[in-house]
Amino acid sequence: MAITVQIPTPLRRLTGGISNVTCSPANLGELFSVLDQQFPDLKLHLRDEAGEIRRFLNIYVNEEDIRFLGGARYAFQDGDEVLLVPSIAGG
Amino acid sequence: MSHYELRCRECGKTWGNQPLSICDDCFSPLEVSYDYDALRDVVTRERIASRAPNMWRYAELLPLPPNYGPSLPVGFTPLFSAPRLGRNLGATNLFIKNDAICLPTLSFKDRVVAVALAQARNFGFDTIACSSTGNLANAVAAQAARNGLKAWIFIPADLEPAKILGTQVFGAKLVRIAGSYDQVNRLCSQIADEHRWGFVNVNLRPYYAEGSKTVGFEIGEQLGWRLPDNVVVPMAGGSLITKIKKAFDELIKLGLVDPKPVKIFGAQASGCSPISTAVKTSNVDIEPQKPATIARSLAIGNPADGHYAIKAIRESGGWAEDVSDEVVVESIRLLAQTEGVFTETAGGVTVGCARKLYQQDRILPDETTVLCITGNGLKTTDVLANCHRAEEPIRPKLAEFEAFLQHTENPETVEV
Repeated sequence: MAITVQIPTPLRRLTGGISNVTCSPANLGELFSVLDQQFPDLKLHLRDEAGEIRRFLNIYVNEEDIRFLGGARYAFQDGDEVLLVPSIAGG
Repeated sequence: MSHYELRCRECGKTWGNQPLSICDDCFSPLEVSYDYDALRDVVTRERIASRAPNMWRYAELLPLPPNYGPSLPVGFTPLFSAPRLGRNLGATNLFIKNDAICLPTLSFKDRVVAVALAQARNFGFDTIACSSTGNLANAVAAQAARNGLKAWIFIPADLEPAKILGTQVFGAKLVRIAGSYDQVNRLCSQIADEHRWGFVNVNLRPYYAEGSKTVGFEIGEQLGWRLPDNVVVPMAGGSLITKIKKAFDELIKLGLVDPKPVKIFGAQASGCSPISTAVKTSNVDIEPQKPATIARSLAIGNPADGHYAIKAIRESGGWAEDVSDEVVVESIRLLAQTEGVFTETAGGVTVGCARKLYQQDRILPDETTVLCITGNGLKTTDVLANCHRAEEPIRPKLAEFEAFLQHTENPETVEV
């Protein structure tokens, strides 16, 4: 089972320019562990000092906000595409 | 050296001036901050009052490039007392701030776009873009045309026809997305990563958002350089309400008005009420919702500035309310029939929520209270389709008119 994670432009300087990561985490917690291991500099950009997901970071799975899928309880499926997206203003 | 620059709202790091909306360090939103000490002697009531009646009279308090020459007289919309609506709501000191007639496209979004485009030109973009629930689309399309810029507009496919036509007429490229505004927004953040365009609500967002402050400056000036007791503001992404608060704070900071607490009240439609729900349940963060309301200009289920809107409301001692779609329609008609102001659905939301706030004694009758009407009813006539039927025509004869008059005034006596 594998999922792909897209790294947004502002964070690519912390991933050595890598824009796509393929990995096999079971859930969001494991995904963060994978990213932490591969890109130690990324850690504090995704979660605050208390380990909570940063307030203005949105995580999408196949175009759906992960909070509608159960958030941290969501079990990744093979082929899931994960997006990390900053909040965007209204219109 | 500019008198303003971008600063992270959370970690405080400064970023100079560039098309950037997110702090590269902590992923939080950037905001424009000003050197108020440098502005204190420059910005005076007399100086502002000597200028033309448009939002550029507050130029020093906006992030404009040096010697910027605005191309349109945006803003400075009427503020007037609303005694007949007031009697209906149980208010004796009620005012309407009427951005339903803001130029050039009849919503407060003209203000934010005007500032965003000033910076778009400054940063050298030849194409501007936005994700929009409709009003922003109209504003970007019109002002792009006026400035000779290309425009790409991304909207949810089910927007009101008038808002779609009112974008296309200006020659903008319109992309209808089969999805909600939140999905359009997510796509736009990906597009903004790939194309060097000036997205007014993505990479130009900190500048864009400052334009909303002019609503607050005008309220203060038009009340005779004093602040109201309460202001009721519709909420979509939650930016306008926080910027009105910022405007009041700046007027105080610069000595333009006497210091005074203003309670900030937010209004949403019940079918999309992530911010009012958070306020009512004492949450500091937003639980995103899937919007289901006729108030499409407010239908943002994951409001980017929701956290700050909650904070502004709570710290001011205000509150947030929401109303059903039925109340939205009733309230549009009420405002039209009491004050002669035809607002879009968002205005119906504001008026409907104001009624609740008076009923709950959160706003007292004699307090100076301003309702922010942010958009025009001619753009959302579809929601009134079942409210008013077209009368049968009569022949051009006096006798027919007299019969019609009698029928209209005493319908029961004429029925056979």
